[in-house]
Amino acid sequence: METKELQPPIIHLAALDQVLAIGRANSLWPMTFGLACCAIEMMAAGASRFDLARFGAEVFRPSPRQCDVMIVAGTISKKMAPAVKTLYDQMPEPKWVIAMGNCAISGGPFAFEGQYGIIEGADKFLPVDIYIPGCPPRPEALIEGILELEEKVTGSRRWPRVQCG
Amino acid sequence: MTMNIELIRLLAFLVGIIAFAALNAAYLVWVERKGAAHFQRRIGPKEVGPYGLLQPLADGVKLMTKQLLVPDGVDPLLFKVAPILLLVPAVMSFVTIPFGEHLAARNVDLGLLMIFAFASINVLGLLIGAWGSANKYAIIAAARVISQNIAYEIPMLLTAIALVMATGSMNLNEIVAQQGGGLWHWNLIRLTYAASPLTPIAFLIFFTTMLAETNRAPFDMAEAESELVAGAFTEYAGMGFGVFFMGEYANIVVGASLVTVLFLGGWQSPLPFLPGSVVWFLAKMYAIIFTVVWIRWTYPRTQFYALLNLSWKVLIPISLVNLVLTAGWLKVF
Repeated sequence: METKELQPPIIHLAALDQVLAIGRANSLWPMTFGLACCAIEMMAAGASRFDLARFGAEVFRPSPRQCDVMIVAGTISKKMAPAVKTLYDQMPEPKWVIAMGNCAISGGPFAFEGQYGIIEGADKFLPVDIYIPGCPPRPEALIEGILELEEKVTGSRRWPRVQCG
Repeated sequence: MTMNIELIRLLAFLVGIIAFAALNAAYLVWVERKGAAHFQRRIGPKEVGPYGLLQPLADGVKLMTKQLLVPDGVDPLLFKVAPILLLVPAVMSFVTIPFGEHLAARNVDLGLLMIFAFASINVLGLLIGAWGSANKYAIIAAARVISQNIAYEIPMLLTAIALVMATGSMNLNEIVAQQGGGLWHWNLIRLTYAASPLTPIAFLIFFTTMLAETNRAPFDMAEAESELVAGAFTEYAGMGFGVFFMGEYANIVVGASLVTVLFLGGWQSPLPFLPGSVVWFLAKMYAIIFTVVWIRWTYPRTQFYALLNLSWKVLIPISLVNLVLTAGWLKVF
């Protein structure tokens, strides 16, 4: 199934666009969908210690029709890839993809000479917006990824960036 | 001229009722998410506005600006009409509910009957939506919801009949008026004169069936996400889904109002020296709604068989016995 090309809007209303962007950024509903061990960290991010709900992103919808973000959490095997693509196609626009963990970024430890079962990175067949490195990334990293996505949608950062070192 | 005033009054009530239903739907989602968070020792939405109070607004903006998606192979008419068909009966039921002594859009003599009549239509909305979306999970969910609603309508009506025998009226305003004069006059306990002592049992049955009728956990077969993807809503995106949820929450508000009116004295105050007002009604109604949320996030979903067994083998016999005993009690005393 090919995704249809969406026509860009004829009239741009900057203030309204900003309102829509803020609305969308504050209600990013992810899909209940995990491929491997990163999904465990994703569940932890939704549970009480890390609480993704603070940003309104805890509504893990079971149906792709009601989702905004696809968190590709884990290794994409070649057998699973068509299902992942179907799920992505079933999501209504606007939609975003987060590649969580090294496997979803580049194949991780499974990428080696002569391997035959793994897609080396979600960006081989999906338009990935945010990459979250780690094997697996900690829940804080996923929350940071959600915040990065919010920045990408609205153009402004919710919290001041944490300076390392 | 009187005609015009009546018309304006009805129009004002119509706008008020729709605004009330929509506002409740939006903020009950917030209550639900905040409640769920606190029951699970989380904080819940807090970054979007103070205490996450702008969260429903953000969700609304997002849902309304999502792509309008009508999947291939669905019945376009049924698919689009179903959410409305779920919302309209719920809003219609508000017409006869007395929020305060003079605060009811229409004082219908058979108000209780009217609410039950409309309450059984909303299942049709779910069925039509599920059938129209041509999705196997949706159809299974719809079949479950139908059998669940048929099973639970019976004990609900049986307890309601027992209550109507005791009060002698189907007019909701009248039922509330009879419960004036303090806590012990409410139908829930009714210590005053020869009313049935069985009403606490009737209240429990009614509350349980209300949970099932509004498709709330532990009876939320309409949206059993562990088994049926998203149940009857599987194919709905954006505001179609949003309207479905508005309908669900409006139904919960109607159910809670009905429990308040029938058992908890409606707008009557719990103490005889305090005047009855709409504040009491809202306080009782929201207490019931909070209990519904509380139950949802405390108990896991039942199995479908257990659900039907509970109705046919437990609730219906008990409510039948309740009916017979109430009739006997009223005859003797």
